[in-house]
Amino acid sequence: MSDIVLHVADVQKSFGGLKALTDIELEVEEGKTHAIIGPNGAGKSTLLNVCVGRLAPDHGSVTFKGHVLTGKHPYEINQLGVARVFQTPEIFPDLTLLQNVMVPAFAKRDGAFRMDALRSLERETELCGEADHILEDVGLYRFRHKQASSLSRGDKRRLELAMCLIQHPKLLLLDEPTAGMSRHDTNSTIELLKTIKERGMTKVIIEHDMHVVFSLADRISVLAQGKIIAEGSPEEVRGNPKVQEAYLGGAH
Amino acid sequence: MRKIAISDGDIQVSTRQLPPEGPEPKPITPAAKDWMLFLGFAATVLTMPIWLQPLGAAYPDLLQKFAIFGIFAIGFNILFGLTGYLSFGHAAFLGVGSYAAVWSFKLFTMNVLPAMLLGVLVAGLFALLIGFISLRRAGIYFSILTLAFAQMSYNLAYSVLTPITNGETGLQLRGNDPRYIDRAFGVESVGLPQTNLFGIDMSGYPGFYFCAAVLIVMFLIAMRIFRSPYGLKLRAIKSNQNRMAYTGFNTRPYLLGAFVISGMYAGIAGALLAVTDPLAGAERMQWTASGEVVLMTILGGAGTLIGPFLGATIIKYFENIFSALNEAELASAFSFLPPPLQEFAVTIVNPFVGEGWHLTLGVIFMVIVIFLPGGLVEGFRRIGRLFRGRSGKRTASQAEVQPAE
Amino acid sequence: MDAILLQVLNGLDKGGAYALIALGLTLVFGTLGVVNFAHGALFMLGAFCAVALNEALTWEIVTVDPTRTTAWGTPLEVRQPYLEAQFGDFGAFLVDFSVPLAILVAIPFMLLVGVIMERGLVRFFYKRPHAEQILVTFGLAIVLQEIIKSVFGANPIPQGAPDMVAGSADIGAWFGMAGSIIYPWWRIVYFLFSVLIIGIVFAFLNFTTYGMVVRAGMQDRETVGFLGINIQRRFTIVFGIAAVVAGLAGVMYTPILPPDYHLGMDFLVLSFVVVVVGGMGSLSGAVLAGFLLGILQSFASMTEVKAILPGIDQIIIYLVAVIVLLVRPRGLMGRTGIMET
Repeated sequence: MSDIVLHVADVQKSFGGLKALTDIELEVEEGKTHAIIGPNGAGKSTLLNVCVGRLAPDHGSVTFKGHVLTGKHPYEINQLGVARVFQTPEIFPDLTLLQNVMVPAFAKRDGAFRMDALRSLERETELCGEADHILEDVGLYRFRHKQASSLSRGDKRRLELAMCLIQHPKLLLLDEPTAGMSRHDTNSTIELLKTIKERGMTKVIIEHDMHVVFSLADRISVLAQGKIIAEGSPEEVRGNPKVQEAYLGGAH
Repeated sequence: MRKIAISDGDIQVSTRQLPPEGPEPKPITPAAKDWMLFLGFAATVLTMPIWLQPLGAAYPDLLQKFAIFGIFAIGFNILFGLTGYLSFGHAAFLGVGSYAAVWSFKLFTMNVLPAMLLGVLVAGLFALLIGFISLRRAGIYFSILTLAFAQMSYNLAYSVLTPITNGETGLQLRGNDPRYIDRAFGVESVGLPQTNLFGIDMSGYPGFYFCAAVLIVMFLIAMRIFRSPYGLKLRAIKSNQNRMAYTGFNTRPYLLGAFVISGMYAGIAGALLAVTDPLAGAERMQWTASGEVVLMTILGGAGTLIGPFLGATIIKYFENIFSALNEAELASAFSFLPPPLQEFAVTIVNPFVGEGWHLTLGVIFMVIVIFLPGGLVEGFRRIGRLFRGRSGKRTASQAEVQPAE
Repeated sequence: MDAILLQVLNGLDKGGAYALIALGLTLVFGTLGVVNFAHGALFMLGAFCAVALNEALTWEIVTVDPTRTTAWGTPLEVRQPYLEAQFGDFGAFLVDFSVPLAILVAIPFMLLVGVIMERGLVRFFYKRPHAEQILVTFGLAIVLQEIIKSVFGANPIPQGAPDMVAGSADIGAWFGMAGSIIYPWWRIVYFLFSVLIIGIVFAFLNFTTYGMVVRAGMQDRETVGFLGINIQRRFTIVFGIAAVVAGLAGVMYTPILPPDYHLGMDFLVLSFVVVVVGGMGSLSGAVLAGFLLGILQSFASMTEVKAILPGIDQIIIYLVAVIVLLVRPRGLMGRTGIMET
């Protein structure tokens, strides 16, 4: 049995009277890919937001490798080794792709703050080369001097993924990483995520696309109306009548 | 340095086409280009007394203003151009720098170096205080906070702080100022003493060359900041502050750093104003003065290296030319026209010159924001692209990690 | 007790002006999403409507009376206000009431200015960054004030209140107090006037369908647009109304403070502070904060207060703004999260 990396304990969150999350218990094992699925409005993104410090839970706690994440700033959580890909790509639209990838590399190397105002970027050949490699891995190398805002939506997603990967996070949170991508792009992203998995990076992934989920996930939690209604291996979840009910009864 | 190369992974894709050392060699490296830009800038500034001759602007008083407001705008650009935080209170730092410098003249010595040092220090501390509070908010709230602080400083300088600022009259030198250091060295002067750099009088051309030297140094520092990881991170904050936080950066000290640096630039500019004319008044801190530096920056091009100096020079030049014109001079300028047309032309132009110079300023301001938000540098770039046509694509790919200039 | 009441009263007229300017500022911001740095200039333009009307009404005609001569033996020039010559006592009455009459001039004029501003400039900036909105309207404010300067000169031009309300009233007597509180009549008029205008604006927004659409637009512009309502044209009108409100505030303020060309800038900074304290986009917040800050400012000017905190009267409003922004950034009555980035 491998170690538990992320532990979400008894988390509750409500917006006004609406209970978005109730009694959430989640344990993610080291090196595994844990998928969270569920119908629209089930609270998946809220759960991810609680994990990265964007939202404070009303009750309960999130622990990552022995560090309590609740109440920490997003940048502190990132510095502990948690990176996140957003549902709508959060990139630096005014910078080039290469710069987009280099900025997170600085955060990894230099920490949350470093006053390197008189150092030349020219000297950062090592980081620059590394950024080039990452861009190549996600298939964006040929655009590296283009402005990020000029990319297509699918490419922006891959750029954001590259920005997370260059930090070599211990835990990668992905919020629908293939939404808005073509079939072909989706498949190449799956391949990319599989190679990361082979390197032992732990991932939590939110996804609608069952093809993506079943190709990647080691374990699946099903969220419906703010509660975890089922958890298990892909096969277990696939055969669970409660899950079928939630999907068929809830969404259709 | 911790090595975090990715090659320890097993994802060596066979299609990799780049050598592991990094980017391919280029004919002109960005660093060499930067040195050319810097040397060109220094040469341009130092030869201003020559090439501004035909434009009628080659006299020390005006040249000093070009250099001083150039420094002010270059510093403002480090905040506004890189981070996008629009401060409406930077004139306060200029004013504080001036007051500090004049006090250094009054209390210690007429040598300009201690005055400059004191000006930078006091302005920097003041910026640290105001920035620390103002940067707790972003967007328009930040603008209003800086504006509020600048207005408070201005109002206080006129009222309760009169013992320090000498209120409406302005702080000036007196024959009976203590000047402890000068006196200790037995330097006595008849009447009002002159500011000097180890004996070199800081009025006229020596004054200009001193300002120009400071300007060139400040430009070099700004260039280094623009080309540094710090500068890149500041531009990333401007581009997407939210992503910066999730990328592991504590953005506030970065912003505070930029704020204090630009405050210190303003302090140097203020001290230089006192060096060339040892008099400090509160009107330098008024928010219209803050508006002027904003205008200089966006006129030249916010976020570009050369833009702010260009904007400052153009505005100070036209201020000088336009505000000196009067109706009679206009009439002679339009004397080539037939009399009715001449009269008409004079009537149209007259409100824009002399006292009405600010009207011209306002119009320029609007025209630039409406039609050319990237400023003149952006305009030149567009014209350049027009001439180069399709070949511009090649140049863009050479830009490397450096920001395009 | 008397002293406190007097300070409250002293703050009311200034507070009324703040409230009126801030009301328009926040109305424009709430509906159009535009930060208008030229709003103070509209206040100033209103004030100069009063100046212009007064100058027009006091136009003098010069006639030469050949039957009489001056001490130097030249024919006597008789200067007579045109209006008095034409209309006699009624003319004199018009001159006396030039400030309130200027309201009639200011309403159509300011409406026109507002509509031209919105159609000609501001609408092109709806989608552009707030920094650019600030900059372009700041430029416009400079242009407007410089035009006024070139027409009317740089010096303040005092305007008189009508004789009827020119003096002061003993308010203490009204409340049956022993001590007398002497308070200028015109300030009472200004306070009542500002309350009236605020009442009209709120009634318009709350009780007419037109106003309700505008308020709905403040809440959610896109949805209202989907309903097939031409929100653009209504917003143009809103901008016009904001201009009129600021202009009227300026017209009536002239007897209290002689207007000069940079009056607008002075009031603009203060009104932004008022809007921020009240809460961006909150109309009632702007009104409340306007009066509160006006009163606060008059308290800070008391000699007793200044003895303890020298210079406090100069900075009190800014100080309050700083504290409010840091402690409660959404202001007294604003919604959270507006314009934070």
